[in-house]
Amino acid sequence: MLRRLFQESGFIAALAGVLLFAAFPFYWMVITAFKQDSDLYNLESNPFWFNQAPTLEHVRLLFTQTAFVRWVENSLIIGGVVVLITLLVAVPAGYSLARMGSGKAENLGIGIFLTYLVPPTLLFLPLSRVISVLGLQDSLWSLALVYPTFTIPFCTWLLMGFFKSVPRAIEEAAIVDGCSLAGAFVKVILPVSVPGILTTVIFTFTLTMQEFIYALTFISSESQVPVTLGVATDLVRGDIFYWGSLMAAALIASVPFAILYNLFLDRFIMGITGGAVK
Amino acid sequence: MSAQYAIARPRGARLGFALDHAELLGALLVAPAIVFIAALIAVPFCLALYYSVSAYNMGTLSFSFVGLENFIEVTKSSIFQRTLINTLVFTFASNLLALVLGKITALILLREFPGRALVRCLVILPWAVPVALAAITWRWMLDSMYSVVNWVLVHAHLVSPDVWPNWLGEEGLAMVSIIVIQAWRLFPFSAIIFLAGLTSVPKAVIDAAHVDGAGYWRRTFQIVLPMILPIMMVALLFGLVSTFTDMSVVYLVTKGGPTNSTQVLGSLAFQVGILSGNVGRGAAISLYLFPFLLVATFFLLRFLRRREI
Repeated sequence: MLRRLFQESGFIAALAGVLLFAAFPFYWMVITAFKQDSDLYNLESNPFWFNQAPTLEHVRLLFTQTAFVRWVENSLIIGGVVVLITLLVAVPAGYSLARMGSGKAENLGIGIFLTYLVPPTLLFLPLSRVISVLGLQDSLWSLALVYPTFTIPFCTWLLMGFFKSVPRAIEEAAIVDGCSLAGAFVKVILPVSVPGILTTVIFTFTLTMQEFIYALTFISSESQVPVTLGVATDLVRGDIFYWGSLMAAALIASVPFAILYNLFLDRFIMGITGGAVK
Repeated sequence: MSAQYAIARPRGARLGFALDHAELLGALLVAPAIVFIAALIAVPFCLALYYSVSAYNMGTLSFSFVGLENFIEVTKSSIFQRTLINTLVFTFASNLLALVLGKITALILLREFPGRALVRCLVILPWAVPVALAAITWRWMLDSMYSVVNWVLVHAHLVSPDVWPNWLGEEGLAMVSIIVIQAWRLFPFSAIIFLAGLTSVPKAVIDAAHVDGAGYWRRTFQIVLPMILPIMMVALLFGLVSTFTDMSVVYLVTKGGPTNSTQVLGSLAFQVGILSGNVGRGAAISLYLFPFLLVATFFLLRFLRRREI
């Protein structure tokens, strides 16, 4: 009995500790975003709750005094274009690798996946040269061009996993019924793979929103930056941090990720762990 | 695709021919991916190799060949040596911490308890949120004046208000801070992969071991762990590579300071190659990432092929 009680309290303590560590920064975003400055910068009062009435002042500043709305639009444009490029390239590649079936395909798939490991910090110097030769410096299109370098390898792998889980019998039936190979892919395989493709869309989009290094390297003008870079650089003016607005921006931009990751997590895990099942 | 589909499907048009031959169609479908990767990963990588042996500088735009001079100069510099050690400490410490936290979290989530779904939602957040936004939040939490961490420490009488720790302004503490922040970002992924591995071990295997008289520890160490080891190693190697090559947390939280005590290879390459415009030297610094990537790739390949779960 005592031992059981001891185990239970250990479990609850571990749970509380993990939860506090994981979620406290988000609580802190919320509390900071809606506090009045005089409350925020008062060392005497309890920082964990509102000591003065909550305010929307920081959110207002964000929408009226900064280009926040523009940054969000930029991120959406970049994300949309990158998703499109990635799908056009990775869907056929993933299918091909899943069905070519030989050892060659397996090696090629792993080879493409490994290029995902080549990091931005190794490529940003030559790529910034490439970008300036193409005349894309300081333009959000530079990111639309470069982001597929990490989304294509990753999504090809993910889609390969999804396509492998589609039974071959489905295509065989279509071919017997008179489809060509390509016809079977377009008319039969694609429709049953919609959930996998949708997962790929979501994760391509989130990967583009997560990126920071290329954006920092290629873009400096305020009107072209994606939201993550804009928040992190433009709301810090000299030594002055607009903490209330910074946290409001971080909060607003984080919420969609929190929802998307939680909705698509199970499919995503299936994709990455299923990709190499023999 | 096996060749059997390709027989006896006469079609007039040439396109029809291509669309119907497995080998050809397979090659056609994968070609755009290979072209894109060659153009924007392989070619730039070769450019980086070339920059590292040239005197390329944003100011002079001279591409003259200087041999290994960049590497020699870089390696001699004390800032670089410190950076290399920082990068290793940062990478291994944060991944170890993330692994331990990830395992604890996975064991918690393995149990059924009320509110488990909500806990899972909250625990995933640090992994989901964009790094720039998370880093800026941590910077605020560790602010030199208004740090909430310090407020708690002072009110718990653990530190005095006059000499509270300046988390991002003191050499050792700044390193501890970025390690904790990076571990915070990584541990949900480690927990999720651990959990996926644990739950995918077939129940029949566990039951069989049970019947054969294997106890809890024996089942854990001789059956479950060996089965989930490859996938865990893949996740760990991913964490190691992404930490070793990253500069986001460092750049956003400490900018490498104070006095280069948190400088890592990525942020130093950025500072030298982009901000100071000495591209040749910056390329040499970032190429130091490459041996580490090769080693990681070697192990990754081994574990990817050995995967069963």
